[in-house]
Amino acid sequence: MGIEIIFLILAVLVIAFGVGVVVLNRRREGVQAPSQRTAAQPAAPPRPADELSTGDTLVEEPAVAEEPVAEEPPAGTLRERLAKARSTFAGAISGVLSRSAITDESFDELEEALLRADIGVNIADELLGGLRTRVRDKEITEPAALLDALDVEMKSRLAGSERSLNFETFDEGATNVWMFVGVNGVGKTTTIGKLAKQQVDAGRTVLLAAGDTFRAAAAEQLTTWAERSDVEIVRGADGADPSSVIFDGVEKAASKNIELVMADTAGRLHTKSNLMDELAKVRRVAEKGAGKVTETLLVIDATTGQNGLTQAREFGDVTDVTGVVLTKLDGSAKGGIVFAIETELGIPVKLVGIGETIGDLVDFDPDEFVSALLER
Amino acid sequence: MAMFDNLSNRLEGIITKVRGKGRLTQADVDEMMKEIRTALLEADVNVAVVRSVCNRIREHAIGATRSKALDPGQQVVKAVNDELTRALGGETLAITYAAKPPTVVLMAGLQGSGKTTASAKLGKWFKAQGRNPLMIGADLQRPAAVEQLRTLGRQIDVPVFSDPEDPILTAAAGLEEAKRLGRDVVIVDTAGRLSIDAEMMEQVRLISGAVDPDYTFLVVDAMTGQDAVQTAEAFHNTLQIDGVIMSKMDGDARGGAALSVKEVIGRPIAFASTGEKLEEFEQFHPDRMASRILGMGDMLTLIEQAEKAFTEEQAEAAAAKLLEGQFTLDDFLEQMQALKKMGPLGGLMGMMPGMPKELKDAKIEDDDLKPIEAIITSMTPEERTFPNIIQGTRRARIATGSGTTVADVNRLVKQFGEMQKMMKKMGMAGKPGKKGKKGRGGAKLPKGLPAGFDIEQGGMDIPGLPGTPGMPGIPGLPR
Repeated sequence: MGIEIIFLILAVLVIAFGVGVVVLNRRREGVQAPSQRTAAQPAAPPRPADELSTGDTLVEEPAVAEEPVAEEPPAGTLRERLAKARSTFAGAISGVLSRSAITDESFDELEEALLRADIGVNIADELLGGLRTRVRDKEITEPAALLDALDVEMKSRLAGSERSLNFETFDEGATNVWMFVGVNGVGKTTTIGKLAKQQVDAGRTVLLAAGDTFRAAAAEQLTTWAERSDVEIVRGADGADPSSVIFDGVEKAASKNIELVMADTAGRLHTKSNLMDELAKVRRVAEKGAGKVTETLLVIDATTGQNGLTQAREFGDVTDVTGVVLTKLDGSAKGGIVFAIETELGIPVKLVGIGETIGDLVDFDPDEFVSALLER
Repeated sequence: MAMFDNLSNRLEGIITKVRGKGRLTQADVDEMMKEIRTALLEADVNVAVVRSVCNRIREHAIGATRSKALDPGQQVVKAVNDELTRALGGETLAITYAAKPPTVVLMAGLQGSGKTTASAKLGKWFKAQGRNPLMIGADLQRPAAVEQLRTLGRQIDVPVFSDPEDPILTAAAGLEEAKRLGRDVVIVDTAGRLSIDAEMMEQVRLISGAVDPDYTFLVVDAMTGQDAVQTAEAFHNTLQIDGVIMSKMDGDARGGAALSVKEVIGRPIAFASTGEKLEEFEQFHPDRMASRILGMGDMLTLIEQAEKAFTEEQAEAAAAKLLEGQFTLDDFLEQMQALKKMGPLGGLMGMMPGMPKELKDAKIEDDDLKPIEAIITSMTPEERTFPNIIQGTRRARIATGSGTTVADVNRLVKQFGEMQKMMKKMGMAGKPGKKGKKGRGGAKLPKGLPAGFDIEQGGMDIPGLPGTPGMPGIPGLPR
């Protein structure tokens, strides 16, 4: 970091604040002199909140409304499960088919539907640009053929990626590490919980490492999942160094010949460079001992808009992301951002979450995904 | 593909082109509208909302083609800003308290939108308003959600009520408990749910019925895409949303979802969560958000934060000294330390309007300031006042004392000198505080600015600063 730029920034900021504050205060004509000057936040002494009531018991394991633990995936393909999602395209599709020829309106309707699925302006332009050319060249003339061509085009964009989860068989004393990263609230912990159960059912030995030491009660949440799948969990104190928690998890797994460590990390916004540095360190440290990171999965909420691409790029830069888990894909048509992530960054979507039960975390099938989007 | 720059950068290219002509043609307007549309869509503004906003902006723009005003391009930018501000809702939602306490607030939203954190932040906010909140943990769905709320409750010293039996009973019993304890605000955290999950939507409707909230807030993740609108509509139909809380506004998402939700359900954005710390939560100001979507920075929030860190006297004295060229390294150090109190420098930069991209992208960490501090604190008072005297042995001594190199010390002294010169020029160009007088005839481009810091291009001017009548940018600064 050049000292010049720091100086310049400071100078600009100092000036702007100084002058800005003065001007603003003068403008207020002393009505309310320096307003909003809040006292420094004193760290409130923690007082046990429990002192207040009888009904105030600690929830160890919610008794009701518990997520059902499905032993086997519910019947139905991804496409069927996503059938609800079709409404976004349904209008556009019936609009296109209602005309005897392909018109500008046909393209407008398709564009709007693509945008509503969060595919993004650029990908939508590319998809439709190609189709426009083919329509102009009379290669496509029927409205139905236009829809088919879009379907083919979208599927081909997602074709050819390796989507299976990478797991290696090591000699004794080494273990696979699957790391889960992403912004806050995307469902990392839940994904680990579900995937752990699936991996155990598939006959693998699994250990969970509660690397989210930041969010209150994140480790408790993961512990609940560990109990459900009957796997070991390694956790540290709140605020502990996540690298060391995950390192401990790896060491423990290696010593017990556990094949797979699934490492949770705290959600972080990709704009926080200190937290992103921390994540890079977590990944390095995970491989310091007996661990080998064979998957780094970026968890993305399917409702994410165009910011998803930035997330994928930034997390990819610091942790070498090997795949995407698209969560919360139930609901309405969405998740279009994966087109940009796959085609522009080359990161394959490996898993999708389409419901609350353990069986609702499934392999990503691009053909079904596109078909579900374009369901008529 | 690189993410596109913000809307104002996009428009700038066209505006520069248009400026020479002095008139906008139909083709110019078309090109601008295309850019505006793309920028809004990339900011995740809902497609339908983009359409209506664009239509209205187009009308303004066509008006500008007929206008004989000197700068039609700027007029369009202003039209965009005005239109966005209008779409976001003009006024900040004012919280009124129930005549018969407690005032009940219900939090709802999708999974992972940030309800539990927002509940605690809101609790802290109410405390800061002198209220005594109680939080109810009615999210019995997600494992350990109540534990999370309890931990947060301890951090902000707000009691938490929960009962693992049933969310509806918990809510009702919690309300009774709040009355018994004389708490005057109750915040009910609920489980995340999908708007299409009929069973869960019915549950939250029953919770709402049990506590009869004065305010129902929908928590929306700022990074949400097009789906935000459908979600908001569904929740609004079930719960009668009073306002929206935007979470995760500290990322780089432009938060177009916020604008869309307001436009579609007609309820304002009430609060915005701007960081991981519990105090990083503020009431939402639509005008500022419009500027942010446009990439024009958020000067008012910046100034408010500055007011927390600086006293008025301090600020006034510093600005005066700066502009008169009597700013010493001691003053500089003091300002730097005050600045740090305002939050991470990177975040502050983002709020500065018209910051050139080079500066915004320069990742400034607060740690980068440490060597500067070290160098200055290694100087004698005399040296800090008259840095010119720092020569040979003094340099070496300061470098050793601060653990830096002679070259670092040199650079700092040189830069400081240039800054002083630059400030002096600005000071002569336009004294601050002369009311109503825009700093238009400002200084020439000061030396020492990196290429790209093009002040002529509107480097520091804030077009129109929406919602602040009569504040014509910042006087005294060159435009």
